[in-house]
Amino acid sequence: MTREESAGVELPIEAVRPVRPGRWLGAAVALLFLVWLAYTVIVNENLHWDVIVAYLADGRILGGLWVTIQLTVLSMAIGLALGVLAAVMQLSDNPVLRGTSALYTWFFRGTPLLVQLIFWFNIGLVFPTFAIGVPFGGPKLIEWQANAVITPFTAALLGLAINEGAYMAEIVRAGIRSVDPGQREAAESLGMSHRQVLRRVVLPQAMRVIIPPTGNQFISMLKTTSMVSVIAGAELLTVAQRIYLGNFEVIAMLVVASIWYVVLTTIASIGQHFIEKRFERGHVRLSSRVRRNLSPLPSKEPLPSKEPLSSKELP
Amino acid sequence: MNAQDQPMVRIRSVRKRFGSLEVLKGIDLDVPAGEVVCVVGPSGSGKSTLLRCVNRLETIDSGRIWVNGELMGYAERGGRLHALRPHELSRQRRGIGMVFQRFHLFPHRTAIENVMEGPVTVLGTSAAQARRQAQELLDRVGLADRGHHYPAQLSGGQQQRVAIARSLAMRPSLMLFDEPTSALDPELVQEVLAVMRDLAATGMTMMVVTHEMNFAREAGDQLVFMDDGVIVERGNPREVLAAPRHERLRAFLGQVR
Repeated sequence: MTREESAGVELPIEAVRPVRPGRWLGAAVALLFLVWLAYTVIVNENLHWDVIVAYLADGRILGGLWVTIQLTVLSMAIGLALGVLAAVMQLSDNPVLRGTSALYTWFFRGTPLLVQLIFWFNIGLVFPTFAIGVPFGGPKLIEWQANAVITPFTAALLGLAINEGAYMAEIVRAGIRSVDPGQREAAESLGMSHRQVLRRVVLPQAMRVIIPPTGNQFISMLKTTSMVSVIAGAELLTVAQRIYLGNFEVIAMLVVASIWYVVLTTIASIGQHFIEKRFERGHVRLSSRVRRNLSPLPSKEPLPSKEPLSSKELP
Repeated sequence: MNAQDQPMVRIRSVRKRFGSLEVLKGIDLDVPAGEVVCVVGPSGSGKSTLLRCVNRLETIDSGRIWVNGELMGYAERGGRLHALRPHELSRQRRGIGMVFQRFHLFPHRTAIENVMEGPVTVLGTSAAQARRQAQELLDRVGLADRGHHYPAQLSGGQQQRVAIARSLAMRPSLMLFDEPTSALDPELVQEVLAVMRDLAATGMTMMVVTHEMNFAREAGDQLVFMDDGVIVERGNPREVLAAPRHERLRAFLGQVR
């Protein structure tokens, strides 16, 4: 007999694990380091923990926190919309649309965000007024002074959103390209329009590829908003800086700001996890397929009826 | 020619090239309404391309294709051809079902949602009515209890049967099958062929690109053998398969049997 049949005897595996002394030593060193780090931070009098605690829920800090959240959510939302638009243009057959999109991503990924922010804040130097009317020097219907429209907040939003759109365009494009071309063909064969194919078939599947890097962009954006402090954007870091310029608690205020940044990014990471799960629909790992026994043998299922269908019943 | 004896598909002098490679070198073919035409041939013979030209997943370089009396892809006005707008092309495609070798079910939707997708999105059918109709169709292909499964949870044969139901939900007058069983494990082929036989028995007009000679013999009204971009031999499948006239077909049959 080449293969032994088990005669109904249970053979439990209760193997002894091998000893890993190197791993134990490494863990001990790491633990010691962490304890030492915590100790030095806690007993260090220069950190002024009482000040940190006192300012953590300070009204100005919370105001700055709110501006940071607004800037992040708004610029990500606008950036995502710009990114989808640029990505769809990039995948178009029309060379002018493709070129426009390429120019946009090329320029805004090619210049530093810091420069863009300062530029938007000072755009009044280039365009003193904004107007709605006939372009190329035609009559104007409404006109605004640049200095009135461009506040630190709008300049920050412009800079962050337009810059973000250039990065999102690449992410969305990669997502759309990741969808099997057969999906598009199947949808077109059903008679769907281009827009329906994109909305109902391509984008929902592209989301699975788009979401993880977008989550990273969002988390990154929470921290990137701190760059707005160069144009006094009134967000978290700007507010912290204003406070320490008054009370000279530089490190304490930076710790306060850091604590809030960590809280925000932690919440965002948890949200990202749940959104990713939502878009995993239909993507079942093989292991869970087998566990749930959802791939039954063909013999167990009813074969289609052998009698011909009447043409009346069939659509 | 009156409407009654007008063929469902009329293909005239169709040529198609991919770059420097000419894959269709002047194809003429009629598919009468209610008939099943099986297209066979070695890989690279152009048979799949021909099928994809019929519902215009591929454009043709010259020639004409009519489906149900309608010229595919163009409108003739003032003695000139005008390429159809996308929405007009979509309307033409609605009446033509297509089943792919690799199923191409929408992976983010359950089986029943896949079948509902066309009627709801394209025809504007209410979700409730589309669901009832989709359930009936799943029942027809023997998958009444699999509606809530995602494609990844179904076997290849089951996925292909869902794909057939998805096409039928658009109430097509013509069904195209592009090697519908070639991606299946051997034991799953029969369940798909059974569904196709039932469909043929209802009087559905079908163009089937396949390697299943038994299906062609039993369910086919016409067999077309293509090689190197041309139709080499055609006729009644039982006669053609019993006594192939061309050496190329004999060689091909020797390989697939």
